[in-house]
Amino acid sequence: MATVSVCQYHPGGFSFENCKRNALLEADITKLGFSSPAARKTGTTICGVVYKDGVVLGADTRATEGMVVADKNCSKIHYISPNIYCCGAGTAADTEMTTQIISSNLELHSLSTGRLPRVATANRMLKQMLFRYQGYIGAALVLGGVDCTGPHLYSIYPHGSTDKLPYVTMGSGSLAAMAVFEDRYRPNMEEEEAKRLVRDAIAAGIFNDLGSGSNIDLCVITKGKVDYLRPHDVANKKGVRTGSYRYKHGTTGVLTKVVIPLNLEVVDESVHTMDTS
Amino acid sequence: MITVFPEIDRKCIYADRQDEIRLKMNTRGLRSQLKDSVPVTGLCPQAGPYGVQDSLRRGFSSVKNELLPSHPLELSEKNFQLNQDKMNFNTLRNIQGLHAPLKLQMEYRAARQIQRLPFLPSSNLALDTLRGSDDYIGFEDILNDPVQSEMMGDPHIMTEYKLGVL
Repeated sequence: MATVSVCQYHPGGFSFENCKRNALLEADITKLGFSSPAARKTGTTICGVVYKDGVVLGADTRATEGMVVADKNCSKIHYISPNIYCCGAGTAADTEMTTQIISSNLELHSLSTGRLPRVATANRMLKQMLFRYQGYIGAALVLGGVDCTGPHLYSIYPHGSTDKLPYVTMGSGSLAAMAVFEDRYRPNMEEEEAKRLVRDAIAAGIFNDLGSGSNIDLCVITKGKVDYLRPHDVANKKGVRTGSYRYKHGTTGVLTKVVIPLNLEVVDESVHTMDTS
Repeated sequence: MITVFPEIDRKCIYADRQDEIRLKMNTRGLRSQLKDSVPVTGLCPQAGPYGVQDSLRRGFSSVKNELLPSHPLELSEKNFQLNQDKMNFNTLRNIQGLHAPLKLQMEYRAARQIQRLPFLPSSNLALDTLRGSDDYIGFEDILNDPVQSEMMGDPHIMTEYKLGVL
């Protein structure tokens, strides 16, 4: 009669079994002078702005892992529902899974009510989930969409607080982007002006913050239409080499040449087809 | 705010032991759980029928392991469903009167008894429908799904334990 014979029922969800072990391992590793692997973050610039007919969301496309760029073209604008999109900063896995779960829940909810989901619903679901996990889920989000009550924009912090504002920025490049917004935002802009403003804000983040880089993605949401522009602007093209450094044929002089033929017989020939099912 | 729930005595026909196993360690009624919003029983040595560590069935225990939670979220996550239910019942009681949560708790108790054999995972469909979590997806459905768990208890021993024959 071993302990396994009377199994405890595990209800699923997060399992904290390995936490103590991990803490011990971490202590041992730091004693030896190494560091444990870092989670992939999206040190980021994300922002959103409400204009006359709807909402414009913008994001850069760099994902970092410590001091190394892990992904040069990752997509940070996540789909929540046909009329709601969400940009995510922070730990990449957390933003991805959180937005997917909320997207599924919102779909079930809208099927149950029979109506197009509202941005306030998504906001409430997100903040309740993030508060439940007390900030351990590192997801900072910019949620924007257009529903029956009009265009709305929310910013959601990892601990669960939210702000409803006409323009928001999040991520490590948020200060650079906010500087652009504070200078040039005005209420009821036209679509082109709003897109230019968001593009400039993200560009400010890309060029002045080390955690943001590569291209600028834009998402324009209006009543009944969504324009997902990826990439809207390739701000950083990889450079082109101006000269060729290959050596020309004949640069190295040949002194002697020896040819040794290898006489091989074909003993057995068999054909194996690849299993491409 | 002190809410008074009348003692819901558990004098059911089936052996008390069954309910004890089903509800893990809550051998007392809902009233005792109101004293602290987060019952600390989760951290006490896993009490067997005599109140001490059941070494035969659950193995050795260590005071250091039981004293502190390994993660700040461990306790709150363990009791999350319980606290949600309690909060909802309180709200219901304040809005609709005492009978509403009483009747619901009776239905929960009945639905909780619809289980498969002790070593098999149950769908808990009736309980989910009552709670309204049948159209809600959370981390408990994605991570560590008990249906896909790699460990299973020994069928004979678990059934005997549940029936009290062991």
